[in-house]
Amino acid sequence: MIEVRFHGRGGQGAVTAARILSNAFVRQGKFSSSFPMFGFERRGAPVTAFMRFDENPIREKTQIYNPDCLVVLDPSQRNSPLIYDGLKPNGILILNSAKPIKEKPHKHLSRAGIVDAETIASEELGFPSPNTCILGAFAAVTGWIGLDYIFSSLEQYFSGDILERNIRSAERGFREMGVIQW
Amino acid sequence: MNMKYKGEMRTITGNAAAAYGAMLCRPDVVALYPITPQTEVVEQLSRFSADGLLDAEMVEVEGENSAMNIVAAAAISGGRVFTASSSWGLAFMYDALLQTSGFRAPVVMVNVNREMPGILAVSTGQQDMIGTRDVGWIQIIAEDCQEILDLVIMAYRLAEDFDIQVPVMVNYDGFYLSYLSEGVNIPAREEVDVFLAPLKEQPERPKLVPGGPLGCGTHGIEKGFVELRYKHCAAMERAKNKFDEIDRLFGESFERSYGGQIEEYYMEDAEIALLASGSASGTVKKVIDSKRKHGLKIGLVKLRMFRPFPSERLSRAFRGKKAIGVIDRSICFGWDCGPIYMELRALSSEIGLIPMMSFIDGLANMDISIVHIERMIDSVYAASQGKPYQRVNWVILEE
Repeated sequence: MIEVRFHGRGGQGAVTAARILSNAFVRQGKFSSSFPMFGFERRGAPVTAFMRFDENPIREKTQIYNPDCLVVLDPSQRNSPLIYDGLKPNGILILNSAKPIKEKPHKHLSRAGIVDAETIASEELGFPSPNTCILGAFAAVTGWIGLDYIFSSLEQYFSGDILERNIRSAERGFREMGVIQW
Repeated sequence: MNMKYKGEMRTITGNAAAAYGAMLCRPDVVALYPITPQTEVVEQLSRFSADGLLDAEMVEVEGENSAMNIVAAAAISGGRVFTASSSWGLAFMYDALLQTSGFRAPVVMVNVNREMPGILAVSTGQQDMIGTRDVGWIQIIAEDCQEILDLVIMAYRLAEDFDIQVPVMVNYDGFYLSYLSEGVNIPAREEVDVFLAPLKEQPERPKLVPGGPLGCGTHGIEKGFVELRYKHCAAMERAKNKFDEIDRLFGESFERSYGGQIEEYYMEDAEIALLASGSASGTVKKVIDSKRKHGLKIGLVKLRMFRPFPSERLSRAFRGKKAIGVIDRSICFGWDCGPIYMELRALSSEIGLIPMMSFIDGLANMDISIVHIERMIDSVYAASQGKPYQRVNWVILEE
């Protein structure tokens, strides 16, 4: 089983990103589940979301303490030690940020993908919602999911023009992310 | 029945699963008031209605008390109804809950479990369900998104059964299940129609019609009142076996069945056992799988029906075990233990005098984690070996 933990803030779409990704894995024939953890629904409040996928049914309904991968939508948390808590060795980081990573942020990281998802989203969607763009980067960096499955998953959440825009945003995330290996 | 199952797989949340379940049962009247973490049920049903998938009268209400009064009145007028709430929304309809069950109105509702007091405790916990355990409703509990959808469908078969006619509350954990997205098999509408069809073949229940006076509800004084109470209690007792039967029939139609009042997981040869409910029981199963690999004979009883309390089946399942642990996601003011634990203790003479331990965990969104469950199992095992044990354990505070 692979476990992914999302870190964002209310309004960035971390919850939706985790759902879209779970949906994509189910479409790929895997078992997958995701759920967020927050209190009141408020813009700007920290939000954590958890996503798992596996070949077998996922029965645990618990938070994720030892993630294989971190998806960080909120650049202001990129240096917070809290987000790296429990990260497994050979961990992967997917980061939304306009600034490059200079030093390895955590000893267990082996790879990172960085993408300026807010700028791409602003250009494609007209507002800086980084969530669908970062899923494209997730597909490119991890290789765990095909970009087509993310596109088809997006169809369950969006339609018409806004679907096309989100597909472009994810596609640009896939193409424009930069990978760092340690 | 045995038809070829034609369900469609979709990745949806627990809230959406509840809404799909309700929509597929074709309710006539739906009255809902939004509350975290239930709001998505309201949104989804409104969308179904707008998209023409739900042909129900959607009543916009100013609060939960009105919602319950409206669906109760619609139910005693012969309609199929649905509502949903949580926490202090449920508290705000408390008197209406009592009235509805007194009417013997076959209302089906979902309650998305949340802590109490509701105004500040925006987090999961079963305290709302526990606070309404004596309002005369049948209360059932789901473990995952699929079971939420399936239980809503089964709830109509139970509530509207001529021999039962008691409202049913389907409970599932807020946050951990309400927002959990996973693959759910959504039955085809015609399959649900076939499953619910026997309800139309039974004698018609007494109905409120314009111009036709009908006395209903637990009112009056002395013997009339007592007789209604007696019949209500008797109907709740009948609901136990009826629920087992509905679960079996559901399995024949949809190839999924859950065990009825309780699900027994590795109980046959188990020497020690846990009793859990809701989302935590999935996690317990995972831990039991790994403990079994190391040779520990442990089993789980998942409580699927809390009201009426499955006393006969629980007694049978636990008899002969060496020690039991009960996980409660709520507390029991006035006793020093969890409420489900307290109720199981009432069966001590049937089960036998063995160590029974209460584990209070998962309050206020705290995680009933794998580590916690491993620790509970270790202490139940130690108790089974004759070692001294602590009867009541506040798991979170032990860290």
